[in-house]
Amino acid sequence: MTEPEATSVDGVVEAADDEKVVHRSLWGDVWRQFRRHKGAMAGLIVLLFVSIASFVGPLLLPYDAVEADIKMRNQGPSWKHPLGTDNLGRDMVARSMVGGRISLLVAITAMGLAVSLGTTVGILAGFYRRLDGLLMRLTDMFLALPVLPLLMVIFMLFRDSLRAAFGPEQGIFMLIVLIIGVTSWMQTARVVRGEVLTIKQQEFVAAAHSIGTRKRNVIFRHILPNCMSPVMVAAALGMAVAIITESALSFLGLGFPSDFPTWGRLLYDGKDFISITPMRVVGPGTLISLTVLSVNFIGDGLRDALDPKLRSR
Amino acid sequence: MGTDTLVSVRDLKKHFPVTKGALRRKVGAVRAVDGVSFDIERGQTLGLVGESGSGKSTIGRTLLRLEEPTEGTVHFDGVDLGGLSPGDLRKTRPRMQMVFQDPHACLNPRMTVSSIIGEPLVEHESMSSKERNARVEELLGLVGLKAEHANRYPHEFSGGQRQRIGIARAIALNPDLIVCDEPIAALDVSIQAQVVNLMEELQDLLGLTYLFISHDLGMVRHIADRVAVMYLGRIMELADVDALYEDPRHPYTRALQSSAPVPDPVVEATREKIVLEGDIPSPSNPPSGCVFSTRCPEAVDRCRSEVPVWREVSPGHGVACHLVDAPAS
Repeated sequence: MTEPEATSVDGVVEAADDEKVVHRSLWGDVWRQFRRHKGAMAGLIVLLFVSIASFVGPLLLPYDAVEADIKMRNQGPSWKHPLGTDNLGRDMVARSMVGGRISLLVAITAMGLAVSLGTTVGILAGFYRRLDGLLMRLTDMFLALPVLPLLMVIFMLFRDSLRAAFGPEQGIFMLIVLIIGVTSWMQTARVVRGEVLTIKQQEFVAAAHSIGTRKRNVIFRHILPNCMSPVMVAAALGMAVAIITESALSFLGLGFPSDFPTWGRLLYDGKDFISITPMRVVGPGTLISLTVLSVNFIGDGLRDALDPKLRSR
Repeated sequence: MGTDTLVSVRDLKKHFPVTKGALRRKVGAVRAVDGVSFDIERGQTLGLVGESGSGKSTIGRTLLRLEEPTEGTVHFDGVDLGGLSPGDLRKTRPRMQMVFQDPHACLNPRMTVSSIIGEPLVEHESMSSKERNARVEELLGLVGLKAEHANRYPHEFSGGQRQRIGIARAIALNPDLIVCDEPIAALDVSIQAQVVNLMEELQDLLGLTYLFISHDLGMVRHIADRVAVMYLGRIMELADVDALYEDPRHPYTRALQSSAPVPDPVVEATREKIVLEGDIPSPSNPPSGCVFSTRCPEAVDRCRSEVPVWREVSPGHGVACHLVDAPAS
């Protein structure tokens, strides 16, 4: 195994005062294995860096992300403005950092919503035969919904009332998270259901029943941990999809208001100036790709770390 | 017979419905277990033998109510298991446990050995984690594993060791009954003996009662006190182990026994072997009359039309066959 055994010449004495065997926890092992996955660690570091820069960075910069400075407009990259400025003279580094806040928050919450919704539906459908037909037809129904027209309609219908209720930013944030979450859980549900159906037939689940394990514990102790790999993959992909969908929404002008930067919004605003200040597009574009890539690597590493059979290697 | 009956199974049936088409119309049933009755005395071992597909495992699972029986009753220590509510059934679970056939599939690959063995303790006892770990180590010792194994994962063990882990889990709550569903079928021969001996030791130590399901006649003879021979969901013959092996009355029992090789080359070369023709019929469409009639070397017309009744040829020795007459020979 990964941990070198405590070796001692006098094993008996050692065992006596060393509280005998240390009972390792699952998550301790997972972390130990995760650290050995180079790609995943690199992804984690990049993601942490991007997050810290987004949430702490704007406080340290001398520029404001929203306030215009017309004299400095459409600057190319320079030492003062590494990514240049936009057509209102706002520093692109500051705007990218602030934009990252919303993009990352949307990505994490929407992914969390989609994955937990999908996993719940998948497990219920796979575990309880009575719910299977109903839940899977519901999933099919959601899959058949055309997403973009639906988004537009939802935006038209709810934007103003949500804005009025929660303020412009919170309202739109909730709407976007909800829309992305509700329209992207179906793949997870299907994959998880399939996985649950096979796991349910295995003898260790019968063993758990014969022990008298409560159904809830059978699900959380036996079924769920064994379908973690598709869930992890779904989570990583879901986060990537959420960032991209948010970008696409902003790009279509359906997302956050224009004075409220997100990565997608920055791309949308920057596309008209791509010939004057190409860095306006390159900056946020690179950040989106980098984040999606690192999330995928993290998901990969987590999946491997969660499988004890791969862990010992 | 005896007064201290732990398990009493009466006319147990388990039929799996066969459905067809989009509307799930029921078109038939697989009669996996079709009217089985037997008793197990406390502290004894009932061996259940038969070829694959004869419904042995289904009996084990239905007995523990992992499957709901279609008909019939199972009394466990005087309590009708079929009548228990899910909550009461759960409280009875600690007293009856199961050891599974496939040591690779019966342990959750994501759990450490200590959490696998500790699971029944978590579910049914209120122990601190320290007490639980101590109990896990004690159990590991009982089944011949070391305390340091507690931290490992199932895939790090050999088949025999995994089966020991499965046994440790089964005895964690001091059960009365353990259903052993072909516990040695997936093991190497050298390991089989170790595991069977371990089970015998534990039986003596903890006063366990076993339902030992197997197709290995030799092993059953070694461990069992009484043996039931199954064919196509029914019991053909049920007797004390010596009576069954010395004086088999049912043609099927005789055929089964002659199929097992004798560890003496001279005897093996000269003895008469009964070779059964064909395969076991489908349990969804069992033959009329005696289910064994299609393959029985001694079958007569009556066998094909009339279901043989259960008769005792001597006390404790029952047979379901027309050709066997009540107390004779």
